[in-house]
Amino acid sequence: MGVLENKFQDNVIVASLDKLLGWARSTSPWYFQFGLACCAIEMMASAASRHDLERIGMMPRSSPRQADVMIVAGTVTMKMALRVKKLYEQMADPKYVISMGSCATSGGPYWQHGYHVLKGVDLVVPVDVYVPGCPPRPEALIEGLLKLQEKIQTERPLTRKIA
Amino acid sequence: MGVVKGDQMILNIGPQHPSTHGVLRLEVMTDGEIVSEIRPHLGYLHRCFEKHSENVTYEQVIPFTDRCDYLAAMNSNFGYVVAMEELMEIKVPERVDYIRVIMGELNRIASHLLALGVYGLDIGAFTPFLYMLRDRERILDMFEYTCGARLLYNYMWVGGVSHDLPKDFQKICIGFLDYFEPQIEEYNNLLTYNKIFVERTADVGVIPADVAVSYGVTGPNLRGSGVKWDVRKDEPYSIYDRFDFEVPLGDGHFGTLGDCFDRYWVRMLEIKESVKILRQALKDIPGGDVHQMLPKKIRPPKGSVYRRTESPRGDLGYYIMSDGTPTPYRVKMRSPAFTALSVLDEVSRGWMISDVIAILGSLDIVLGEIDR
Amino acid sequence: MTSAEIKAAIESQHPGTIVEREDLADHQVELKRDQWLEMATFLKNDPNLSFDQLECLTGVDTGEEGPLETRYNLHSMEHRHKIEVVISHDRENPKVASIEQLWRIGDWFERETYDMYGIVYEGHRDMRRILCPDDWEGWPLRKDYEGQESYHGIVVPKMKEEDGWE
Repeated sequence: MGVLENKFQDNVIVASLDKLLGWARSTSPWYFQFGLACCAIEMMASAASRHDLERIGMMPRSSPRQADVMIVAGTVTMKMALRVKKLYEQMADPKYVISMGSCATSGGPYWQHGYHVLKGVDLVVPVDVYVPGCPPRPEALIEGLLKLQEKIQTERPLTRKIA
Repeated sequence: MGVVKGDQMILNIGPQHPSTHGVLRLEVMTDGEIVSEIRPHLGYLHRCFEKHSENVTYEQVIPFTDRCDYLAAMNSNFGYVVAMEELMEIKVPERVDYIRVIMGELNRIASHLLALGVYGLDIGAFTPFLYMLRDRERILDMFEYTCGARLLYNYMWVGGVSHDLPKDFQKICIGFLDYFEPQIEEYNNLLTYNKIFVERTADVGVIPADVAVSYGVTGPNLRGSGVKWDVRKDEPYSIYDRFDFEVPLGDGHFGTLGDCFDRYWVRMLEIKESVKILRQALKDIPGGDVHQMLPKKIRPPKGSVYRRTESPRGDLGYYIMSDGTPTPYRVKMRSPAFTALSVLDEVSRGWMISDVIAILGSLDIVLGEIDR
Repeated sequence: MTSAEIKAAIESQHPGTIVEREDLADHQVELKRDQWLEMATFLKNDPNLSFDQLECLTGVDTGEEGPLETRYNLHSMEHRHKIEVVISHDRENPKVASIEQLWRIGDWFERETYDMYGIVYEGHRDMRRILCPDDWEGWPLRKDYEGQESYHGIVVPKMKEEDGWE
């Protein structure tokens, strides 16, 4: 922090507001409890006793209005795809999407003959982190969430972006 | 559903709703708080299981059966391989039968634990959920130790199982059962004897026995209504006729016969029975090979078979039709959750909206199996 | 009762309803389509048969030129016997009487078979698609089904053997 560094007592931290916002955002992204299929059970397992997602500041919310991260956990079908889009649009900015499992990423085992399966949720909503696996272990999901936190931390919400 | 009259209202629950156990949409016609009609809309997770099975070989169908009932994947596999072996008229080595029963019953416990835990969550009790998932994790650890997967196993194959049990599995499993049995009392203290829980579930959502049979309701839901029907006892498959266990029935414990509490209570008792079966199976398990010699591409003779087995949710039936080629001509899964959900409209009429959640939770549905 | 005895009971009470077919197994019986509702009522209410449980209802497409079939697996909780009834349908205009009001689960089973095969169950009070969306085109489980190319603007990528992903 250039000139301001070491000018104050030890219990004062100097940071740019931009960085501070990124840090604050990244450490408590509440996720949208949005279970679709098998992966939802692993998502539940990671939120429950052994893995405990609240250790890293993640808390399940049932309403898209209160959530920051949407974890698309499971197969998205054609009938569901338009609802997924609607739910994504209902979330408040800044919002992030994690595609959990191979079904959400690419259609997974259902890509070939699944006439009713959407071949990847990125066809309808933008995705930030893909977590592979069928289904991914809770550890894999937590790794994906930590990756997302890293990504949020590097964001500078106040800096004007030059398009 | 027709015209909405003066003081009526249509309430839409789902497809994204924490209490619908997945992506189910309920169109609820209400008069204030009182429900007059429910129209469930399915298909938000229709993953074309039946189309897939017509395009892959018989053995490649097994991973797809896993993904249908993802809470009890072992039992899904079990049903399919039992039907296939009946179609091909083959007998598997004795050790395989024992391993299958052990895995099936362990998965039944895991599935019931999740069902009961989530049911508590629906009613408003958060703690039992954490306690039950804690013990479920230990079962999943045993599965992982055996076949490498936590949730979807692809473990039972036609004519055998994919891996033999690890050497010290018996010791680990008995250790788990010794730990687990006293825990059941803890669950009872947390949920069963909880006044709030009993008030929310007793006398609510009564399914009379004849309605249950007509709607094809099976499994713990049917037994909760007092009908003694368990495929393991009545049409024994594999080696279930060798074990000594009871079929728990609902008895109107705290209210009317066939209410939500009875369905819950039957599940709780079934966990105990599964422990009993497991102890017997672990004691008698013989040695030997775990693979039946079969060609790589199996071709069952022309014909069809319908076979049902007892999954944690009820009668899981497979209709398999073969035309003599390595791919099935038709595979139909008769899923117990599908039939259980169909009764929802009939039993929830006249109850409050909050009771609908209690009734839906007590039916223990899995959307993957309903929509396939 | 064994399957042969059940067939004999049907034949003696309602002569001429069973269609002779070589390729069916012992536990299967084909009945005439236009008498199905009457026969279903008989199978359910006759005290010696009393098939009170409809276990499964399967639609089958027997191939390009062949007919469509509906197969009913019936079971009696009282007598513990079972039978499989086969009904054939004309491919162009598949229609059969609905048994929805006899076995209530028939309601959803028939809707599912309608959704997958396009078999219309006449007399069903709510004949809609159940799994696919209402505006879905085609009958997915028929052998000649071709998937949709796009649905509400969502493109369905297809695997072509020579040039990989589209």
